[in-house]
Amino acid sequence: MSNKYIGQSIKRVEDKRFITGKGRYTDDIQLPGMLYAHILRSPYAHARIISIDTTAASKMKGVVKIYTGKDYEAVNGVPCGWQVNFKDGTTMREPKHPLLVTDIARHVGDGIALVVATDKYLACDAAEEIKINWEVLPSVTNAMEAMKPGAPIVHAEYADNRAFDWQIGNPKEEVDAAMASAHHITKLDFVNNRLAPNAIEPRSYIGHYDPVYEKYTLYTSTQNPHLIRLLMCAFVLGIPEHKVRVVGPDVGGGFGSKIYHYTEEALVTLAAKDLGKPVKWTSDRSEAFLSDAHGRDHISTAEMGFDKNGLIVGLRIKTFANLGAYLSTFSTCVPTYLHGTLLQGLYTTPKIHLDMTCVFTNTVAVDAYRGAGRPEATYLLERLIEVGAHEMGIDPTDLRFKNFIPPFDGVTQPGYQTQVALQYDSGNYAPVLQRGMEMLGYENFKKEQAESRKTNKLLGVGFSTYIEACGIAPSAVVGSLGARAGLFESAQVRVQPTGKVSVFTGSHSHGQGHETTFAQVVADKLGIPLADVDIVHGDSDTVAFGMGTYGSRSLAVGGSAIVKSIEKVLEKGAKIAAHKLECLVDDLEYAEGKWTIKGTDKSISFADVSLTAYVPHVYPPNLEPGLDFSSFYDPTNFTYPFGCHICVVEVDADTGKVTIKRMIAVDDVGNVINPMIVDGQIHGGLAQGIGQALLEGVNYDSDGALQNGSYMDYAMPRADDFPMFETDRKTTPCPHNPLGVKGAGEAGAIGSTPAVVNAVMNALWHKGVRDLSMPMTPESVWRAMNKK
Amino acid sequence: MQIKLNVNGQSIEDFVEPRMLLVHYLRDILGYTGAHVGCDTTSCGSCTVHLNGHAVKSCNLLAVQANGKSITTIEGLAIGDQLHPLQEGFKECHGLQCGFCTPGMIMTAADLLENNPKPTEQEIREGLEGNFCRCTGYHNIVKAIQYASEKMALA
Repeated sequence: MSNKYIGQSIKRVEDKRFITGKGRYTDDIQLPGMLYAHILRSPYAHARIISIDTTAASKMKGVVKIYTGKDYEAVNGVPCGWQVNFKDGTTMREPKHPLLVTDIARHVGDGIALVVATDKYLACDAAEEIKINWEVLPSVTNAMEAMKPGAPIVHAEYADNRAFDWQIGNPKEEVDAAMASAHHITKLDFVNNRLAPNAIEPRSYIGHYDPVYEKYTLYTSTQNPHLIRLLMCAFVLGIPEHKVRVVGPDVGGGFGSKIYHYTEEALVTLAAKDLGKPVKWTSDRSEAFLSDAHGRDHISTAEMGFDKNGLIVGLRIKTFANLGAYLSTFSTCVPTYLHGTLLQGLYTTPKIHLDMTCVFTNTVAVDAYRGAGRPEATYLLERLIEVGAHEMGIDPTDLRFKNFIPPFDGVTQPGYQTQVALQYDSGNYAPVLQRGMEMLGYENFKKEQAESRKTNKLLGVGFSTYIEACGIAPSAVVGSLGARAGLFESAQVRVQPTGKVSVFTGSHSHGQGHETTFAQVVADKLGIPLADVDIVHGDSDTVAFGMGTYGSRSLAVGGSAIVKSIEKVLEKGAKIAAHKLECLVDDLEYAEGKWTIKGTDKSISFADVSLTAYVPHVYPPNLEPGLDFSSFYDPTNFTYPFGCHICVVEVDADTGKVTIKRMIAVDDVGNVINPMIVDGQIHGGLAQGIGQALLEGVNYDSDGALQNGSYMDYAMPRADDFPMFETDRKTTPCPHNPLGVKGAGEAGAIGSTPAVVNAVMNALWHKGVRDLSMPMTPESVWRAMNKK
Repeated sequence: MQIKLNVNGQSIEDFVEPRMLLVHYLRDILGYTGAHVGCDTTSCGSCTVHLNGHAVKSCNLLAVQANGKSITTIEGLAIGDQLHPLQEGFKECHGLQCGFCTPGMIMTAADLLENNPKPTEQEIREGLEGNFCRCTGYHNIVKAIQYASEKMALA
């Protein structure tokens, strides 16, 4: 195999359509006779529908039909994809999430009625004329408040608002004993602020039904078309899967929020059949804030114990996770298996215990958002170790070096068995921190910081060293933990008669650049030009199967499936080549796009073999014609990227305004196929992580109304909130997948947030500031400085 | 209401509802779907087009307000196969990921460079205040605009 493309920053092949305005997103698609849907949503966090009258609205211009919850009473709700059990083994509580509310709205934005009209403006007009008589009920939006006796009850059948409780790690008494032995304990209360994912393309769906072929088509802005088909057909609508095509065309960002099966997907699908015309629904931004699943929202008390030398002896955490009013597709695994299992971090902590309570509230569902559970785990660990270092008077970098797990390659040395179920694949943690410190120029920084304290522009530096679990996931493992799906990936490599190659992948690209990265892998493995490879994704009728893109899994799992199919192509191709060259398969070697008899100049090209496979006149006996292979790849472990993020801030002592002066990221994501694309993924993650630290946070008021549900109110990061990012890499290959890759999609958002908070704390430590809450707006920092 | 306008060099006469937004007219009636709708508060800039040569947010104008005016959308920026230096810059510098904000970014940046051909990094960042990108952290968008600025200075 030659590496002409792998490791190179090849410019993206998908860019041309996007820079010329020719991308095709769901809302760009117009079908003949298409109708437009608008959803009337609950203005109340918790309210009973006494009566609903659609008579006047139904008579309005352009209105075709209005549906309410009663129309779907016999239809299942949208399911949760992961069953997590209570500590005592009983099954989690799983209230029905109906397509539209029948009796009680449980969060602001809960769907009440679907208005279908000939025009989107007319659908909106009609929705305003629907008359609803409400009985407003008391509501609760905060997880801790929801746990208090007498709190409003979200689902009458679950009087304590508990979805489930859960624990992981060593037995509690062992951890208590370890903590009792500690020389120093750092204890902090944390709120991991609730975030709105805010992919810039709002969700959009088109339902279509073809009565001739009795076939449904759903166009959807999703990260995983096949998964949507599976969930919608098998769990919600009970329609046969082979009669449903799901297309995820160009998708304008996901960050987790477009994984889930949303009610609107099923609504447009049913309406299209009922009305005999295509039905489109496109969210507006305000609706997105009310109805897209949010991220994070943990409240924790966490303690890290150290011995007299600074070695961590124990970690004890109690967390309440807000799941919202209904269980979204992966909501249950995020605070548990994607969070608790990462509490080992990069450290040799011998005793760990997490006690987790997952709670129903009157808010929209909370589910995976870039990083999904891992940023929350990293935030706890990296804030605790940094505060601990400051409290004990140890340099925070020294404290980390002291506690790092020693290097292991996962090949000659075994993986590292954590106290929280996972076994890390390979790791070498000190070099990422060393490199970050070099880039920072730590000693010089300390001098600058001392100088800054003579002014009112206070400098601070914050560190964060993180690990994550990506390449989700070994099906048997996640199955044993409650996943209701396998998490393998499929790929078909179809060699055309002329030697051009079409690759059908179950991964879905919504910004990640798969059409380029995957093509680089295929072109190098086959020794053919990049332009001879086409990557096809996003259509359940053309791609055999797929589990989609999330959890930084596409290359590690989807790419590995492609490699498996390529190996099958080359194996069969060698048989054809040997027959044509009249030699044994073992006499051949494959390089530069041709099979050559070793030690000779006799060869046959990939294109000639491809043609022979489809024009099998001179052909091996007992070999099928054709050159087209499918594979399913199920990983044997998660992958474990890690890295070091360092932030330098300047805090204005008069106003509390925080300015990011430098953001350094040294990430080890295993082997890299396209450095340019990996850097781009890191940049984007950093921006989201910094956004959480400084700007973003969803607020519900005491009545459960969303206070900042638009871009006028929710502080989205802008270009002038950031400096140029400084990135570098180390490479510790993944030992258990054929490309040695670990995944890069979420790293930036996992490591950066605590680095920023640690930096602000470092800037203000000498002023006695210990407690900072995100987002660190000028007001909140000023209050922390002034104890107000 | 009757309107006459020029879109991407083409003269158009049409009847539109008075309340129709320009972005919906461009997308749904004329089929110029490069202008995207990312918000409802004129904040995200995904819908940015040029009206008489200046960047405007087409979600914040009625189609009737474009009467008698000339509009360029992202589809009209390249000259034949010759990409605008900004389009080239976004590709060369990996200034886009999902591509949804990209047309608006490019149209805003084109106006920025028209008024300030050699902006500093800070001027570029401030010039993009009205355009959101959730994918790139803006890092490579800034580089793409710097690339175009240098390229246009040579032309």
